[in-house]
Amino acid sequence: MARIGVFICHCGENIGRTVDCPGVAAAAAKMPGVVLSVDYKYMCSDPGQGMIRKAIEEKKLTGVVVGACSPRMHERTFRAAAAEAGLNPYLLEMANLREHCSWVHSDKAAATQKAIDLVRVMVAKARRDRPLRPIRVPVEPTAMVVGGGIAGIQAALDIAGGGKKVILVERGPSIGGHMARLSETFPTLDCSQCILTPRMVEAASHPNITLMTYSEVDSVEGFVGNFTVTIRRKARYVDPDKCTGCGDCFNKCPLKKIPNEFDAGLGTRRAIYVPFPQAVPNKPVIDAAHCTMLLKGKCGLCAKVCPRGAIDYQDKDRLEKVKVGAVVLATGFQLWDHSAYGEYGGGRLQDVIDGFAFERLASASGPTGGRIQRPSDAKVPKTVVFLQCCGSRDDKAGKKYCSKICCMYTAKHAMLYRHKVHEGRAVVFYMDVRAAGKGYEEFVRRAIEADGAEYVRGRVSRITRRADGTLLVRGADTLAGRPVTIEADLVVLADAVVPRSGSEKLAQLFGVGYDGDGFYSEAHPKLRPVETAAAGVFLAGACQAPKDIPDSVAQASASAAKVLGLFAKPELEREPIIARVNRTSCVHCRACIHACPYGAAKDFDVLDRAGKVVRTTADVNEGLCQGCGTCASVCRSHSVDLDGFTDEQIHAELNALL
Amino acid sequence: MKTEPSAVQAPAGFEPRITAFVCNWCTYAGADLAGTSRLQYAPNLRIIKLPCTGRIDPLFVLKAFEDGADAVLVSGCHPGDCHYTSGNYHARRRWTMFRKLLALTGIGDDRLFFSWVSAAEGQKFADLVNDVTAKVRAAGPFGAANPGRRAW
Repeated sequence: MARIGVFICHCGENIGRTVDCPGVAAAAAKMPGVVLSVDYKYMCSDPGQGMIRKAIEEKKLTGVVVGACSPRMHERTFRAAAAEAGLNPYLLEMANLREHCSWVHSDKAAATQKAIDLVRVMVAKARRDRPLRPIRVPVEPTAMVVGGGIAGIQAALDIAGGGKKVILVERGPSIGGHMARLSETFPTLDCSQCILTPRMVEAASHPNITLMTYSEVDSVEGFVGNFTVTIRRKARYVDPDKCTGCGDCFNKCPLKKIPNEFDAGLGTRRAIYVPFPQAVPNKPVIDAAHCTMLLKGKCGLCAKVCPRGAIDYQDKDRLEKVKVGAVVLATGFQLWDHSAYGEYGGGRLQDVIDGFAFERLASASGPTGGRIQRPSDAKVPKTVVFLQCCGSRDDKAGKKYCSKICCMYTAKHAMLYRHKVHEGRAVVFYMDVRAAGKGYEEFVRRAIEADGAEYVRGRVSRITRRADGTLLVRGADTLAGRPVTIEADLVVLADAVVPRSGSEKLAQLFGVGYDGDGFYSEAHPKLRPVETAAAGVFLAGACQAPKDIPDSVAQASASAAKVLGLFAKPELEREPIIARVNRTSCVHCRACIHACPYGAAKDFDVLDRAGKVVRTTADVNEGLCQGCGTCASVCRSHSVDLDGFTDEQIHAELNALL
Repeated sequence: MKTEPSAVQAPAGFEPRITAFVCNWCTYAGADLAGTSRLQYAPNLRIIKLPCTGRIDPLFVLKAFEDGADAVLVSGCHPGDCHYTSGNYHARRRWTMFRKLLALTGIGDDRLFFSWVSAAEGQKFADLVNDVTAKVRAAGPFGAANPGRRAW
């Protein structure tokens, strides 16, 4: 006989305000199988959990239903408490009385009735729960980090420093990411390259790190502790083992006018190139979209000049399978395309540039050697207008969120410009200055007070180009309450931060959720900020939300700590929500085998004592099964069932709603 | 919310009872988000949580009607976003077939609802519940002869 205990939580007033908790407890006491039903202010607190533990022991409960918050919040907490008292944790169920009831309804009578129903459903389920044992699976103690920007590099170095192997996968020809493109960093103005490049070299030379640049994740199989990831090693057309990085090839390549993505299109590169001189690995790749040898079979100069014979025009993409136990996604961000703003020139005005272009102009290693000049005529601009919130905080044409980093980098840009062009004017249009960070507010004040940046509160309505090349910036000064027109030589737009192109596809490969803007979703916004809903997949950096360098590095180290924690045990316990086949009733129609997305359902030969195959049925591999239950619902003879969500339980739940 | 067609006469005080089969990863989390965002919606829905929409046996839907639901809502991850890679595709395929067969059972397809709701779509979930509730309220009770039914 089932002996169910029901515990109704008030969650302070969060549930109690709209649900009559003592009433729910009283109603639950009359439900079949319930031997104890109580309510308490804070069930998750120590005394609350103590009540559950005590009741399990004293009342010899065979099942527990906690009516409280979402199971996504505290199911683990309560199951751990039940386990402490000697009850199998999978005999505890939660009724979601907060997120699904008290917070979304205001009519107390209706909410209370719904709460009683939700508890009744879970009591019906708990009565049919069976003790389950966590599944133990071995862990492959190698991590994969996707994305070789500062977040990915930091995560890889921290994991490698902890003594575990790391595979660092980067889409581009070099690691370094956006940080390698920056001139100087706020709020200290130290040179970005100087702090980054030693870390890049360290990552490349670390014995525990395998670098896979010019590579992308092609497909993913498996689960936490045991992922098999297929990586597409894109054709470089240069054998990195033979190449010494001497540079003869890209100095001779006749195609000199290809815009360099690294320099935001301001500089040029060849068809065989390294994106920047400090690249890691410092070995070129051939850009198949431009190389005339690859396109038309004409040229071949680089192969002729290469002293090592490293050029291979026949090179093909290769697929490489790796086994990893955990994954850190650090795919980062890119800037929103401001061509959607027609009033700012729709991307057609040459002297209206984005933040990265300004970084490259200000960078000592940039295409101008650090000289700030207009892209159109190479003149030094006398007036530069910086527009903040370009595409951010605009839910009509842009993005509704705040991109977080723009206030700070715009202050930095204004400062760098004034340091380089002393007589120049730096005018910043802003909506609000958000400088929340250590030393950030002081930095912005310095830009205004010491370096003379002119801050104008207001939006710019239009940018037009006069025949002489001057840009007319028309806007409003909302503090003075009057329109302003500024004749500018250069306009820098602080474009919104958006996730990297292709990040949604990657999320789908790993089963990671993402929000409406494409940023990856963490498992819990406050308490599990680096984990995802997919076990064993962690997040670092701006792929989760706009972040500056310190925040990205902090999150990368946090995800590395999570990975090392996962690898600290040789075996991993996994939720035992898996499918089981009743082999006596299975007719071997193979519907489940076709339906299983993990290849966990497979043929099973039933043998007699002599080892002869008597008949074949389906069976489920515990290690591979993830518990989606698709097999159970396609089974024609109802021979497959899902632990924790059995047919019997679901029918009982529906019946409880009668 | 749609306005109720005047031609349908629902009994006074009729409160629709809607059973929802949702997946744990997207819609259940989306409903949680509606809660944390304090979005108010009609209290007529009861959620049965499943790991994945792929777990939904058509029998569950029939059983829900048999047990007195006026309508059934099925909701899971958007195509391509399934936590289990492809469970929602199986659900969708089965759904297409099942809708056609449902007419045979005498259950109109105006009583069966389907929507993709992701974990980030709390507002969509709240709107969906309100919309479905309004439609079912207009359609009136299912199987009014069922003596065991009571208002939710």
